Amino acid sequence: MKKTLTTTALASLALLSLTSAALAEIKLGASISATGPAAFLGDPEAKTLEMLVEELNAKGGINGEQIELVLYDDGGDPNKARTFATRLVEDDGVAAIIGGTTTGTSMSILAIAEDAEVPFISLAGAIDIIDPVKPFTFKTPHTDRMACQKIFEDMQKRGFTKIGMISGTDGFGASMQAQCKSVVADYGIEIIADETYDPKDADITAQLTKIKNAEGVQAVLNPGFGQGPSIVTRNFKQLEVGLPFYQSHGVASDGFIELAGSDAAEGVRLPGTALLVADLLAEDDVQKPVVTAYKTAFEAKTGTPVSTFGGYAHDAFLIMTDAITRAGSAEPAAIRDAIEATSGLAGTTGVYTFSASDHLGLDLSAFRMLEIKNGTWALVE
Amino acid sequence: MSELLQFLFSGVTVGAVYALVALGFTIIYNASDVVNFAQGEFVMLGGMITWFAHEAGLPLPLAALIAILATACLGVAMNKLMIEPARGAPVVSLIIITIGASIFIQGAAQLVFDKQIHTFPAFSGDTPFRIGGATILPQSLWVTGGALVVFVGLWLFFTRTMLGRAVLATSNNRLAAQLVGINTGFVMTLSFALSAAIGALAGVLATPITLTAYSVGIGFALKGFAGAMLGGMGNPKGALVGGFAIGLIEALTAGYLSSQYKDAAAFVVILAVLFFLPQGLFGRKSTDRV
Repeated sequence: MKKTLTTTALASLALLSLTSAALAEIKLGASISATGPAAFLGDPEAKTLEMLVEELNAKGGINGEQIELVLYDDGGDPNKARTFATRLVEDDGVAAIIGGTTTGTSMSILAIAEDAEVPFISLAGAIDIIDPVKPFTFKTPHTDRMACQKIFEDMQKRGFTKIGMISGTDGFGASMQAQCKSVVADYGIEIIADETYDPKDADITAQLTKIKNAEGVQAVLNPGFGQGPSIVTRNFKQLEVGLPFYQSHGVASDGFIELAGSDAAEGVRLPGTALLVADLLAEDDVQKPVVTAYKTAFEAKTGTPVSTFGGYAHDAFLIMTDAITRAGSAEPAAIRDAIEATSGLAGTTGVYTFSASDHLGLDLSAFRMLEIKNGTWALVE
Repeated sequence: MSELLQFLFSGVTVGAVYALVALGFTIIYNASDVVNFAQGEFVMLGGMITWFAHEAGLPLPLAALIAILATACLGVAMNKLMIEPARGAPVVSLIIITIGASIFIQGAAQLVFDKQIHTFPAFSGDTPFRIGGATILPQSLWVTGGALVVFVGLWLFFTRTMLGRAVLATSNNRLAAQLVGINTGFVMTLSFALSAAIGALAGVLATPITLTAYSVGIGFALKGFAGAMLGGMGNPKGALVGGFAIGLIEALTAGYLSSQYKDAAAFVVILAVLFFLPQGLFGRKSTDRV
């Protein structure tokens, strides 16, 4: 009796391992900057992907097939990203690639993916990744230019025509500064004070004093990233500039309010994603279910608050699995066609509708104009 | 007028941070002629450990004290594990070792703490003082005060105490110092502990203004190093003046010229000074007696 039990147990174990091996059929590749200078972006992205794959496999995978995630950490180095992308395509034989935390690493992966004709969804901001459109490359985050447009739209509504800009000299700040300047005229707004600061500066009151004293400034915009915007916000309060103040999507996180101090951050407006204000979304909002589900799962799993960046990875994975489901096959070409046919798919960043000429899939509605009120986020209607 | 005053306040705020970091360079340099490029990491550790301890529920003064002591211990460990085993290596090799130490500490901090930006409350609140239409934060005065106290302390240490002179003697000629009975091993250990403690103090005082993260060390080290070079490496007076000078030049350039040229202007001044005074403003002339 005992013997039969052991044999049955062994047999079922063998059967189990056989089935799981047979089911691990769709290979998904990812090269993320989980360490290095872009770690604060890549870290939540990697954790998100691992969590989502685990979740999906527990639910039975896609069309009955399990997903295997091949995840590499490129440390933010474009050369490493290129090596890993090559390995993903040639050695691992993945069906599709997610990744490219930064614009630099995305550009490296893009070249390999296009050559090998493997669909690739980037998690980086620059518009160059999908403009001009490349057949196999898509991306999830909105662009700097869209953030500028959203901000200027709000300024126009409030009747501002003359503004000051204080931009960081890092890649993010400089790129957004340039994008904003290229679209500002469309909104009948004039930049009459244009100052910059180094992201490592400890005090920015000199630049802000110049903006404050510029004749006729009605509002101030601060494109920047990291600690710079928090210091700018504190200095803004210290000088009692007293003008409407806009930040960029680069600081759309609870950490910003904490670092700048809720007192100094009061009244600051910025374009953010639905993820940041999950609790405030209307019940009938199409993004509400997906945003709430991701936020709850991520926070329960990691114990850290969700970030917009993890949301980019979530959306890339969502688009990918949605496409594979619809394609009914894990052939790269079929997945690509299915991604391009994605329509009205609600993610955490926005609602994606791709087409042959649009591989970003988002419009300005993806951004919500937020205002900091009493130390927390509020939606601006 | 209020505009000029605000630019000056801005310069003093930034300059005080630079000066405090620059002062940290002086002791190790005086003891061994080594420019310790891990000095910025000591500043980072001062801020990060304080934040970590404060977050864990300790009162801020205690957290700051723990941070300074822990960083001093790390300075000693760095000397024992990295600098001492390489004794006899040329100064350039030792400097390269400190760069390695800097990268190591930064990587370790990334793992031990996290990759986010942090801060803790300013010591005397965030309500700025208004003077003649310009404003300055109380924390700026803390940093400035800290820089002055450290400066006076170092100046007394090097000119009035036997130990301070022993440090200078060790730097001048290690063998001769040993022959007159100076325990040079102890002097090196002490200088690393003190430098690390001063660095950590800078981090504790500056964090409410500059914020902190595992990666802020290099930025601090470069600006502090520039301040120390301008004033004259190894001279506390030079570090103080050099740090404040760079802060003021940056703020005035940002205010009156353009913020684009802020860093460039500071470095042009440094180049010009070093061209005419290669030892810096207050540097000691190195003369070899034959």
